[in-house]
Amino acid sequence: MIEVKNIEKSFGDSKVLKGISTVFETGKTNLIIGQSGSGKTVLLKSLLGIHAPDSGQIIFDGRIYSDLTPDEKRALRTEIGMVFQGSALFDSMTVAQNVAFPLKMFTKNNRSETKDRVDFVLKRVNLIDAHHKLPSEISGGMQKRVAIARAIVNNPKYLFCDEPNSGLDPNTSTIIDNLIKEITEEYDITTVINTHDMNSVMEIGENILFLKNGVKAWQGNKEEIFVTDNEAVVEFVYSSNLFKKVREAHLKDLK
Amino acid sequence: MWKEIFNKPTKWSVMKGLIIKEIDDLIIGSLGIVAFISFFVGGVVAIQTALNLTNPLIPKYLIGFATRQSVILEFAPTFISIIMAGKMGSFITSSIGTMRVTEQIDALEVMGVNSLNYLVFPKLIALLLYPFVIGIAMFLGILGGWMAGVYGGFTSSDEFINGLQMEFIPFHIAYAFIKTFVFALLLATIPSFHGYYMKGGALEVGKASTVAFVWTSVTIILINYILTQLLLSK
Repeated sequence: MIEVKNIEKSFGDSKVLKGISTVFETGKTNLIIGQSGSGKTVLLKSLLGIHAPDSGQIIFDGRIYSDLTPDEKRALRTEIGMVFQGSALFDSMTVAQNVAFPLKMFTKNNRSETKDRVDFVLKRVNLIDAHHKLPSEISGGMQKRVAIARAIVNNPKYLFCDEPNSGLDPNTSTIIDNLIKEITEEYDITTVINTHDMNSVMEIGENILFLKNGVKAWQGNKEEIFVTDNEAVVEFVYSSNLFKKVREAHLKDLK
Repeated sequence: MWKEIFNKPTKWSVMKGLIIKEIDDLIIGSLGIVAFISFFVGGVVAIQTALNLTNPLIPKYLIGFATRQSVILEFAPTFISIIMAGKMGSFITSSIGTMRVTEQIDALEVMGVNSLNYLVFPKLIALLLYPFVIGIAMFLGILGGWMAGVYGGFTSSDEFINGLQMEFIPFHIAYAFIKTFVFALLLATIPSFHGYYMKGGALEVGKASTVAFVWTSVTIILINYILTQLLLSK
């Protein structure tokens, strides 16, 4: 579980996060949504320790991040898996080498143990045949799956995903969403996803945090987002005609 | 940056592979172009010297002498380093810069890896072998001078070798290798700095490579002047 307590962050005169408090629950897919410039990425980067908040606390299962020593922070980071927007695979390494990287860096596994674990996670993300390919030789969807495999190979407690569906077709997006949800439940990890994709919200939104202008404007789950009368959420989530119709139909069914 | 490069070292089993890769990319990968340039520039130095010795009273062994002095003192350590600022330097800046743009450096940091140590330290260690490249440049420069001088009909082999041995000061070799060692540090760090701290996209990677080349070259020329003043002037 990750607790965020009243965090604030400014860049120069611009206050990006204005006292956000929330809880990201273990074993659930926690989504951060909001318009561009709402503070989603800054919040995610603050959770990852890339940005230090000006005030407030981030607590990882009882460990207050700002109180940890540099060594403890580094150790905590080995418990984190991250899927970047552009996958961020090491392009000089093959798929298998990318996935094996955290194991080589942070475990004492021998070669066969590493190989077994890599095979296991690649099988888990349905990429066992891509072992020896370079990232440039596989599709965007496959790159995302390799990034997920790399993020989970070291059994992380926390999984962060920044726009995991960006640039993917709807079918591949659904596959990635479901994969993240299954992995979250299977390994009981705390997953935080930063997304713009409303399909993801409807598919896997078990705990949704809506940010507007650096403030927590709403929090709930995918069922609650259908019935909420929060104007900011309705305006953002149901901005497309398709989603408006889906919502209207859903509300009609409820009546 | 310097402190971070040596801080929190990467596991030796991983670092070993990185160093070997950097030796292959930076040192072995540069041998071909260094050999080619050194051989022909050495030849040109010998021909130019020979063509400018119009006074019959000036002995032909000066061709060997001038080739040795030019190649060992300046051409091999300094000018090859400037060429390497273009070749190795732009490779280092663009590869690290691309990793920055594509969030690969962020990925390393998020995993808890000291990215400066992971990326720059192996380059520093690999470039400890840079004097070996310059040694080859010296040998091939002089060989090129000998071949151009002898087979071009400008001097005899005995005269050329006589010139090579004339007034040889062993400290000149030490001076050349001290310079080379300093230039190796500059070649590893200045381009790495420009790649690591760059901001922006693909266009900025190109700009950073150019800026890194300019700064590395300027620094090499200035340090060359200072070291020559310190080490050779009496």
